[in-house]
Amino acid sequence: MSENKTAWERIQLVHNTGRPTINDYLPLIFTDYYEMHGDRLYGDDKAVIGAVGRLDGRPVTIIAQVKGRDINENKVCNFAMPHPEGYRKALRLARQAEKFHRPLICFIDTPGAFCGIAAEERGMGEAIAKNIAEFMTLRTPIISIVLGEAGSGGALGLGVCDELAMLENAQYSVLSPRGFASILWKDASREREASEIMRITAEDMVRLGVAETIIEEPLGGAHNDLDKISENIKEYLSQVIPEKCQKDIDVLLKERYTKFRKIGAFIE
Amino acid sequence: MFEDFFKVVTKRFNGGDDDYKPPMFKCPRCQGLSPLSRYEELHRVCPACNYHGRLSAQERISITIDKESFREFDSEMKSRNPIDFPEYEEKQEELRERTGLNDAVITGTATIKGSPCVIGVMDSRYMMASMGSVVGEKIARAFEYAAANKLPVIMFTASGGARMQEGIVSLMQMAKTAGAVKLHSDQGGLYITVLTDPTTGGVTASFASLGDIIIAEPKILIGFAGRRVIENTIKQRLPDDFQLAEFMYEKGFIDMIVERRKMRSVLSHLLKLHGYNKKGV
Ligand SMILES: [Zn+2]
Repeated sequence: MSENKTAWERIQLVHNTGRPTINDYLPLIFTDYYEMHGDRLYGDDKAVIGAVGRLDGRPVTIIAQVKGRDINENKVCNFAMPHPEGYRKALRLARQAEKFHRPLICFIDTPGAFCGIAAEERGMGEAIAKNIAEFMTLRTPIISIVLGEAGSGGALGLGVCDELAMLENAQYSVLSPRGFASILWKDASREREASEIMRITAEDMVRLGVAETIIEEPLGGAHNDLDKISENIKEYLSQVIPEKCQKDIDVLLKERYTKFRKIGAFIE
Repeated sequence: MFEDFFKVVTKRFNGGDDDYKPPMFKCPRCQGLSPLSRYEELHRVCPACNYHGRLSAQERISITIDKESFREFDSEMKSRNPIDFPEYEEKQEELRERTGLNDAVITGTATIKGSPCVIGVMDSRYMMASMGSVVGEKIARAFEYAAANKLPVIMFTASGGARMQEGIVSLMQMAKTAGAVKLHSDQGGLYITVLTDPTTGGVTASFASLGDIIIAEPKILIGFAGRRVIENTIKQRLPDDFQLAEFMYEKGFIDMIVERRKMRSVLSHLLKLHGYNKKGV
């Protein structure tokens, strides 16, 4: 049963509850998984994990943005804000998934790509652009799931997919409500107001054609019952992955292109 | 002493007439002042430091392509208000009146010294050339047309980032445009990006960074994150040359920096090098 909450309440819920992270979900959804490291170009970005494992016995590739569960974990994973090498690691593993005919499952959970000197020097724009373009034609099924927050281009770098699912309280936005308020109204303190007009909830995403599915959370939110939310995510994946794997890949790619191609509102 | 110096300067600019002050251009890069007429004469290039200023899409098209060769696509396309953002329509009406544009990009076919191409030019006067539904759709159609007609694409990019008034729909235009670029590329089409001032945000993180050849104008701003956002994150001031074309060139993200006065001829040579010759030749 889904609950009625405002966007602002959902933001609070995602940020202030010790919400489960990919590290909580991995052992409950997948088996036999091995983490893979590095982009083979620069380094290993701890904000993005990549793994090969099994879903219901079927080999899959998993790419995820990692939030820390405490300040020490967050220092290591940079609060889930990837550098360019995180996106390049993702692309390397995505291509590997294509090579070995494994479906790709992406978990999105980031406030955004990191904004810093090194990130610019190493080509953040190019890294995200390339992932978007390459994922669009990757010849294997891609499912993306937003766990908590999906911020801007940093989310879209793992967000080109055949189907996008949102956890019930998750949000997807073009920038943070705080950034939105400060740019548009020159007043960051109006973030709550911004969050309500920006259309960032899971329901908004389905209505706007960005997401296809909402994964129900336990009463009060994902943190209240880790087993239950893991089961719900797994149930969704167990149904959607075989379905996409059965499809002719050229049909799947055409549908993937069309999914994004048709988003927009204009008159002629 | 400074007073004296100031007098000399004003005298020179004023040509001795104390009442007349010609309009001046203040360069955002070197902060230098020069007569606006001189800056305009150079097609908006700073005479002091060679910063390449912003052109309207119309001006850009007219200095780039062969006279009367432009056939515009989708000139009447206008944005709707996908997330019912307050006052979005009014703001656009006002801008349409002021700029004569319907949105922040003009696309079409043209020839450059005889070579046919699809050309797209963004115009920063329209909501800082932010990418909304119309920008995304027109660019995607331009690449699809080019793919279907075996034409090269030249995109003059400029953007302040996302069209916030369109929320998540704006973000999705990155996927729409990058997808269309990929489609054109996979069919062997040539895509030349010309980065102009400023190219930032979602445009940098989509079609602007996907050219087979990436050109930039001198001293222009190129980046993903905004300067102020980075300064707020790292709590320190950034060096002046950070994110300028020359910086990104040093870092390996740009093939060449080309001055405006040479752009048309460089583009023409590159098109011909890739086999896009005059029709019938
Ligand atoms: Zn200057």
